Amino acid sequence: MENINLITSEIFISLSLMSLLILGVFKNNSSSIVYNLSIFTLFLSLLINLNLFSYNNFYLFNGAYKVDHLSNFMKVLIIVSGIFVMLSSSKYLKINKIFKIEYPILLLSSILGMFIMISSNDLMVFYLGLELQSLALYVLASFKRNDQLSSESGLKYFVLSALSSGLLLYGCSLIYGFSGSTNFDQISNNISEVQYGLRLGIVFILVGLAFKISAVPFHMWAPDVYQGSPTSVTIFFAILPKIAALSVFIRFLYVPFINLIDQWQTIIIFVSIASMVFGAVAAIGQKNLKRLMAYSSISHMGFALAGLAVGTNEGIQSSLIYISIYLLMNLAFFSCLFMLKRNDIYHEDLSDLSGLSKNHPILALCLLISLFSLAGIPPLAGFFAKFYIFLAVIKEEMYFLAIVGLLSTVVAAFYYLRVIKTIYFDSQTEKFDINHDIGLKISLLVSTLIILIYFIYPSPLQALISKIVIL
Amino acid sequence: MNFPILSSLILLPLIGSVFIFFNKSSEKNRTIKYVSIFITFSNFLLSLYLWYIFDKSISDFQFIEDRKWISGLINYKVGIDGISILFVVLTAFITPLCVISVISTIKYRLKDFLIAILIMESLMIGVFCSLDLVVFYLFFEGGLIPMFLIIGIWGGERRVYSAFKFFLYTLLGSVLMLVAIISIYWIAGTTDVQELYKIGIDQKYQNLLWLAFFSSFAVKTPMWPVHTWLPDAHVEAPTAGSVLLAAILLKMAGYGFIRFSIGLFPVASEYFVPLVYVLSIIAIIYTSLVALMQDDMKKLIAYSSVAHMGFVTLGIFTMTQQGIEGSIIQMISHGLISAALFLCVGVIYDRRHSRQIKDYGGLVSVMPKYAILFMIFTLGAVGLPGTTGFVGEFLILLGAFKKSFIVAIFASIGVILSAAYMLWLYRRVVFGKIVNADLKNIVDLNKSEKIILWTLAIPSIFYGFYPEPIFNTIDVSINSLIQTYNANLDIYFAGKN
Repeated sequence: MENINLITSEIFISLSLMSLLILGVFKNNSSSIVYNLSIFTLFLSLLINLNLFSYNNFYLFNGAYKVDHLSNFMKVLIIVSGIFVMLSSSKYLKINKIFKIEYPILLLSSILGMFIMISSNDLMVFYLGLELQSLALYVLASFKRNDQLSSESGLKYFVLSALSSGLLLYGCSLIYGFSGSTNFDQISNNISEVQYGLRLGIVFILVGLAFKISAVPFHMWAPDVYQGSPTSVTIFFAILPKIAALSVFIRFLYVPFINLIDQWQTIIIFVSIASMVFGAVAAIGQKNLKRLMAYSSISHMGFALAGLAVGTNEGIQSSLIYISIYLLMNLAFFSCLFMLKRNDIYHEDLSDLSGLSKNHPILALCLLISLFSLAGIPPLAGFFAKFYIFLAVIKEEMYFLAIVGLLSTVVAAFYYLRVIKTIYFDSQTEKFDINHDIGLKISLLVSTLIILIYFIYPSPLQALISKIVIL
Repeated sequence: MNFPILSSLILLPLIGSVFIFFNKSSEKNRTIKYVSIFITFSNFLLSLYLWYIFDKSISDFQFIEDRKWISGLINYKVGIDGISILFVVLTAFITPLCVISVISTIKYRLKDFLIAILIMESLMIGVFCSLDLVVFYLFFEGGLIPMFLIIGIWGGERRVYSAFKFFLYTLLGSVLMLVAIISIYWIAGTTDVQELYKIGIDQKYQNLLWLAFFSSFAVKTPMWPVHTWLPDAHVEAPTAGSVLLAAILLKMAGYGFIRFSIGLFPVASEYFVPLVYVLSIIAIIYTSLVALMQDDMKKLIAYSSVAHMGFVTLGIFTMTQQGIEGSIIQMISHGLISAALFLCVGVIYDRRHSRQIKDYGGLVSVMPKYAILFMIFTLGAVGLPGTTGFVGEFLILLGAFKKSFIVAIFASIGVILSAAYMLWLYRRVVFGKIVNADLKNIVDLNKSEKIILWTLAIPSIFYGFYPEPIFNTIDVSINSLIQTYNANLDIYFAGKN
């Protein structure tokens, strides 16, 4: 128990979660206070986490919980994106009349679940975190309960996610049965040869995880849930669970099963290629921007998995850089989406963007930057994300993966260009409202600026991530 | 460390564009116009100064700046030698003219156009200066964004189609180059061009790498059969966009062939010479014939660009001193002359809003000054002795004759064809009787058009008669390029026997 200070931020979040809940229940009209206090909680836990940043390789609870550079980095990513998501979406919630006390509390508990996932070093702990995270998300997806699409998306997500959790749990039990332990380090010590059941267990767990990051062929839920959920939840879906699931991918594949890399590498390569190609091709026909982003995130997850498929430290690091930049690009894009408001109605169709550049040049420019960055055109940050991935992939001479990936970026460029075309080349329509709150402006400005000027000084992020050595 | 002159050349337009971006835009606001002219013009003066202090007697790279960029992987490295300096000067020379043309012709969203052109200039100069493959790729690809917007926002009727075609074709070619660049990093351990020149690249990889680079440059050049984006892009782009495209963007590929394909992969280059010859000859003859059939003036000039760039690729891969020098001169001459021809079309398009040849005729009687300038550039495109076009084509043919008689014969047919389509165009547009009654009231060149066209005419005639300054600059670098090339081949063939 001497390392209990390492989980201060988890303890802090859970305590404030409960006290905020009590506050919300007993005080009338407290949703605004609770919301702001939640942001403040996240901010404090960010400070706590930054304080713990230098701790590496500490175990708690009999090795079930691990604090290292990977977990610290991912937690900081989670908190930062959590703060920005909450900052940017408060007005959206108010206008859509879903600004209730439960909303920030559910977000916080989901974030707590992600923390547990990220730090877990044991199958049971990992599953606990995953469920805490997912249960909050089921409710969030259907938070706009009068809306048919939102309820549908919540239900859809719940049913499919429960199925995948079941598969995942079955995989856990298989692994426990064949290796005699649920602890990652002990599993790695106990397995001596490849057993059929073990392999099956790995596959089941990978299916569950692939579902969480919406990788092909377990992506079916993503477009509907992205479109149906309130946009403030969609941005959450698009960023945070993926960060958490990706770090579990890293922990799960690279700690207990690194010796079985021949077994799982082909699976990851297949999932990666399928996601990149399918995400790029399927997005072409989309008219709803949130749906489009769902497909775009499928293809981006393909790239992040390509880094993981390599099986080297460079690969892992490139994936981490990728997810960090992916976070920023999505934040920028969805912040723009929050600005498409006319008479208290939020617009989310491609045709609503028509001629945006004439009415709102700055907003259009921000969208332009984030879209070109998503397409991976230099010198924007999105290019560097892909560059690191392919650097790692080509080092291991996996040329097929690299070439398919890059060709899929050309296909993907087409639909990003289509959005840009609508913004810049088409004739203008009515203006949107321009009275945005300061939080939204900040999150848009910060994310766009970082994307734009990342190329001047790309070293800090790289230096930070190069400390994360798993193998 | 001396004054970082190359970085200043790259950064100055960028700073200007940021300034313009933050300037309040209104119809009466003239600040942005003056600022953009001032910035581009001072950049041109800076590039002239660079040419002046450039040491022509050494073949190595000069004004090198080497800074840490992506730590441990890639350095930001720029530098120039005799081959690249001329392209830098050409870029800095063409851009102010584009800016003047834009200011006087573009009616809406002028501010955005100026920002795009300035960013474009930064990126183009960056392409010619960069001495690191990744830095090169960054500049090379970055140019897609402003050019896409220029074609798409200010273009003609089918602008969306053309902009998409331009973007996707170029991107498709370039991603393969990215794979090759990263492979080079892992094969040779660096992407620093200067280092790579020294250590060379293992022969067994060269062919594939060469093809990957070729896919990118061939689209950009453009070579047959991937040239189809060019006529579309040219026709739909606004005049200044066509000028930038023809004068500088196409030259990036020619420059890339010399700097990277020949410099880095000598063995593969030698191996693929027949391929390049065949594609170049097809480009020269086939697109010349296509040009003959065009009704649209811009399309005709666009096809002639493909044919002229065919000469350039042919000249480069003769691997002779004459051929490569001829190619460089041809690129510069084409940069001046095709830019001017597009501007000439732009002049009458602004007045009559038609690019169809049949809508014109007999302009000589109403627009005499225009007729003179158009004549100069037509003859320059034909390659009349006394223009830079002649010097370039002559040297390329000389180089080609040295290598292969048949190739040279075919290329010479292209020269005749180019005279046919250019002179025929000139005759139909300028000579004859005025059939179209609207043309009677057409006004001759205004002041800014005169300035632009004469500024382009003077160097293309001057260097036609006196190409010595150009030769002086490129001679030593080309010489050492060919020597290294031959030395590499000797080593390879000695190893084989």
